[in-house]
Amino acid sequence: MSRETLNARRLLCPLPVIRTQDRVKRMAAGEQLEVICTDPGVMQDIPAWCRINGHAVLETKTEDGEYIIVLEVGE
Amino acid sequence: MLAAKVIIEQGVHVEGINFFTGFCVEGHTHAIRERDRAKPKRNNSLWVAEQLGIKLHIVDVIEEYKDVLINPKHGYGSNMNPCLDCKIFMVNKAKQWIQENGFDFIITGEVIGQRPMSQRKQTMPIIARESGADDLLLRPLCARNLPETLPEREGWVDRAKLFGFSGRSRKPQMELAQQFGFVDYAQPAGGCCFLTDESYSAKLVDLWQNRGTKDYELDDVMLLKVGRHIRPKSNFKVIVAREEGESRFLEGYKKEFTSLISSSHSGPLALIDGEPTDEDLALAGRIIARYGQGRDAEQVDILVRSQKGLEQTIQVAPFAPEQIAEEWFV
Repeated sequence: MSRETLNARRLLCPLPVIRTQDRVKRMAAGEQLEVICTDPGVMQDIPAWCRINGHAVLETKTEDGEYIIVLEVGE
Repeated sequence: MLAAKVIIEQGVHVEGINFFTGFCVEGHTHAIRERDRAKPKRNNSLWVAEQLGIKLHIVDVIEEYKDVLINPKHGYGSNMNPCLDCKIFMVNKAKQWIQENGFDFIITGEVIGQRPMSQRKQTMPIIARESGADDLLLRPLCARNLPETLPEREGWVDRAKLFGFSGRSRKPQMELAQQFGFVDYAQPAGGCCFLTDESYSAKLVDLWQNRGTKDYELDDVMLLKVGRHIRPKSNFKVIVAREEGESRFLEGYKKEFTSLISSSHSGPLALIDGEPTDEDLALAGRIIARYGQGRDAEQVDILVRSQKGLEQTIQVAPFAPEQIAEEWFV
């Protein structure tokens, strides 16, 4: 399964959501995207965006002050 | 939220569009300031879309929005808010979006008389006309006070089931929200854009005046939201973090700006925006020393770091509060 990484550090919401949205548009169903952020707001906003748009959140974690979300692109 | 629900109830497929100009209040300051980080955060447009069960598209219009803010045809409101031009711009973008994505018409939650600048009886047709949306623009909450639009004439929506709200009172909307079973909703319109804020607008005008050009980048937009902005001279200003969260945020700009921090006492990080001389740096040092733990010391060491990472330490005497002139505060 291919996984891409998106660096959304230093961006404040909703920019990490916009960057995620724009990247996902170019990906195929089933592919995974790891988004790395520094704004804690993403822990709410990206999962909400995924629920609305039919993508699955596989993992959320916090590491060294960074917020990492792994999602799988839906159909 | 209400306008979308009214149309969804008529069996129409609705999707949401949210335009991000950079000046949206939501989220940003919460993400920066330490005291706000513990508060629950939510992006209201995402939250509303989820409540309604519709898709939401967030569109970055930061670059295109510059022309709206810098050259508003219809002028500014009480601060630097170009509300009417902003509405025209967004409806125009929505029209482009529906054409590109196969949708038939646009709805907004506008109500005649609700806002003093962009939601008046006289401005409603201006928005429809100048955005190019014309009769593709339906305002479900006040449609019965306005001429029929294409979706009404074509029977895509039933005009009899639309509303004729007007005026500043939100009572009819709140009653409708209750009918739909909405117990929680976003704060009614207004106060969601930094450009309506007097203090923010003053900082933006100061930026333009002192740079000698009416332009900005996203980093400028962000930095105007953070810290104390103190301009002792026209060639530079000092942005002093007010607390730890802001210091952390300003850290991210150390490669773009000269930064200062006390190395002998704990204190805030500050950035210098402009072209300071050595004398100016000493002046800036005295200012930031005033906001650190060394404020009562005779001398404070200030570490000055250039954008390229070159460091020097200078010794300064902290300013007393009355030595920082009131007119320096932007």
